[in-house]
Amino acid sequence: MTPARSSRVGTAVSAVARDPVMLTALILLLLLIVVSVGAPWLAAHDPASLTPRMRLKPSTAEYWLGTDSLGRDLFARVLYGGRLSITLALLVSAISVLLGMAIGLVAGYFRRLDAVIMRLMDGIMAIPGLLLAIAMVALGGANIVTMVTAISIPEIPRIARLVRSVVLSVREEPYVEASVGMGTPTWKVIVRHILPSTINPLVVQATFVCAAAILTEAVLGFLGLGFPPEIPSLGSIIAEGRPFFQRAPWIVLYPGLFLALLILAVNMFGDALRDRLDVRQSRKTKG
Amino acid sequence: MTSTQAPILDIQNLNVRLPGKGDRQYAAEGIALTVAPREVVCIVGESGSGKSVTASAVMGLLPRDVLTLESGQIRLAGEDITHASRATLRTLRGNRMAMIFQEPMTALNPLMKVGDQIAELFEFHGKRLSGTDVNARVLALLVDVKLPNPATLQHAFPHQLSGGQRQRVMIAMALAMEPALIIADEPTTALDVTSQAQVLRLLNELREKHGNGVLFITHDFDVVAEIADRVIVMQHGRIVETGTAQEILANPQHPYTQKLLAAVPKGEFNAQRHPAKDEVVLSVENLSMRFETKSVFKAKRRVVHALDGVSLQLHRGETLGIVGESGSGKTTLGRLIAHMARPTSGRIMFDGQDIAALTAAEWRRRCKRIQMIFQDPYRSFNPRRTISDALAEGPLNFGEAHSDVRRRMHDMLAMVSLDETALQRYPHEFSGGQRQRLSIARALMMEPEILVADEAVSALDVSVQAQILDLFESIRERLNLSMVFVTHDLRVAAQLCHRIVVMQQGKIMEVGSAEQVFRQPQAAYTCELLAAIPGKKGFA
Repeated sequence: MTPARSSRVGTAVSAVARDPVMLTALILLLLLIVVSVGAPWLAAHDPASLTPRMRLKPSTAEYWLGTDSLGRDLFARVLYGGRLSITLALLVSAISVLLGMAIGLVAGYFRRLDAVIMRLMDGIMAIPGLLLAIAMVALGGANIVTMVTAISIPEIPRIARLVRSVVLSVREEPYVEASVGMGTPTWKVIVRHILPSTINPLVVQATFVCAAAILTEAVLGFLGLGFPPEIPSLGSIIAEGRPFFQRAPWIVLYPGLFLALLILAVNMFGDALRDRLDVRQSRKTKG
Repeated sequence: MTSTQAPILDIQNLNVRLPGKGDRQYAAEGIALTVAPREVVCIVGESGSGKSVTASAVMGLLPRDVLTLESGQIRLAGEDITHASRATLRTLRGNRMAMIFQEPMTALNPLMKVGDQIAELFEFHGKRLSGTDVNARVLALLVDVKLPNPATLQHAFPHQLSGGQRQRVMIAMALAMEPALIIADEPTTALDVTSQAQVLRLLNELREKHGNGVLFITHDFDVVAEIADRVIVMQHGRIVETGTAQEILANPQHPYTQKLLAAVPKGEFNAQRHPAKDEVVLSVENLSMRFETKSVFKAKRRVVHALDGVSLQLHRGETLGIVGESGSGKTTLGRLIAHMARPTSGRIMFDGQDIAALTAAEWRRRCKRIQMIFQDPYRSFNPRRTISDALAEGPLNFGEAHSDVRRRMHDMLAMVSLDETALQRYPHEFSGGQRQRLSIARALMMEPEILVADEAVSALDVSVQAQILDLFESIRERLNLSMVFVTHDLRVAAQLCHRIVVMQQGKIMEVGSAEQVFRQPQAAYTCELLAAIPGKKGFA
């Protein structure tokens, strides 16, 4: 198994190296993740320590990206904010992919449940995601559990639909019928023969969920509905910098730039991944 | 019909290059052929022989970046079109040469009425005709191809027509501009025997009437016998033999042609007599299957009787053939016996129990006794799992020990003449014939008493088909299995089956021993089916 796996990793690496879009996206993404995760070691200052004497300073050797209106180090705040965004994004995509996949597999495989489950999903899709998040944060308070739940719920129906559509076509494959005909229990049929076909589209969809989660969290932070002010979040940093935009544009600029780059990297990576994984599409482009 | 007139199509030394470093460099190599007016030239070969590539090269339809026309010359009515521009080719296609495809459902636009699709051709090729003139021409064409009730059917959408009718529409489209050359790529492969016979007769009449040449691509020697003037046999991208139809069919020179012809089922009754004829293993009693379309309005609901009061018995050690055209309910019957669907009413008695009444969970405990073999050997294996996973899946479900399963896998592979290295490989590494062997091995791993084969050899080349049929026969004999063999091909049924059930529109028309059904058919429908078999010399 080991040689097969290492060769598979090898082909994956060489495939990435040959695809410039994928490579750029991956390098950018890794860079942003590394600096965010390494925030406690990279940033010289505590993101929460106030130095009123140094407020609204542009970037200097000590404060690389300048300071905000309370004299906090912007570099540290942006990195910690990014860390929060990335953590949240990973949690959201893990939860929504797992739940969405389970729901989609059940809805796609069991015809009787399909109508009921999918109408419920349609109902959830009808609620605007951001409004739902605002309502939930207002009710449950701004902690990581409510935030993750609030952002995950609107993503679940999308994932469920995607998985269901794959299941509907794979379920009709003769190999699934053959497996049923050999007395394989239903759960094993689903796990062995149907689930693997959903992985490729799911991986791609997960990257888009990540990007959406980062954006939603930033919007909530900007609206003042995110985490409490002592926890730096990209959205709340931008919101706090807004009144000083004329005097100190860097407070809005740097977190905004970080946010844009992060989402761009994730989306580019997802796109490149889709082109590579979706056989039909890649065949089409080759003509 | 070999005429002395100048040929319509003249291909000289055509080489079509394959990409990369495969086992062969050329998809078609050194192809030289001519088609004269009013002549039908058949290119015969198995899949991968390069016959379709040759046709695509003529039409200028070679897939770009994949296949390249390296050298050679293609002349259409004297004009060199080898390297014609896309624009030139576009005016030639439809106008001077036209193509008929294998699958008319996908070749027609599903959103356009068939009459409009034919009328479109007149627009494209710049014939200035008034609306009424175009209508008259379309109608005349549809009358020409003997579409029943053309005035009504020209307003039908493709899905409202039968397969044979759709192929007639395709032929009408091909004829619209009165092309000098028609290229037909397996035009009857997707059709029933009776529609196939009609389409072949039609093509024959039309070339007399319109004086066009036909380049006919097929894998079926019986079709060749029916229609060809001259035959070109291809193998691995090369022409191995050419000659008139009589010469090739009666006296093939090349060993490959001889092998292909030998593999054609000739209506020999090969099934060995079995000793205990009267022991009934499974009996189907008054089985019906109804499909109802859903609609809120009762009046709009349509009921389709896929099976209508079918009763039959399967004896131990017997192969029972179920033949019929598409829509006859033969596949539904096979699936019901294998418990892949539940009947609307009726009983399937097996071992003193009505298995049709069992729930899926109850059947799961008994399912190893009846196993099914599917039509498409490419899709009946999970592409992500190795052969050993696939073969072991069933027995492991029944709690057998891994060591026993492993031993039996080796036995079964030996039985279907594959070696043990197959176990570690994935399905895509095998050819169609090998995969069908594997799916037989997989079914046998369950040690079934009854094997249900649904069109199990229909997707295979003739030579492979013959091998698989032999395999079925030897396995049935060695293991004393009973087999239900569903097929649309009467010759295959004749070769393999002891008894044959002829079905039409969900009803059994005739049951009898293979010889009886073929030699003294009782039902009018059976006679019709037999008459439609192309090149039916073996049955005389």
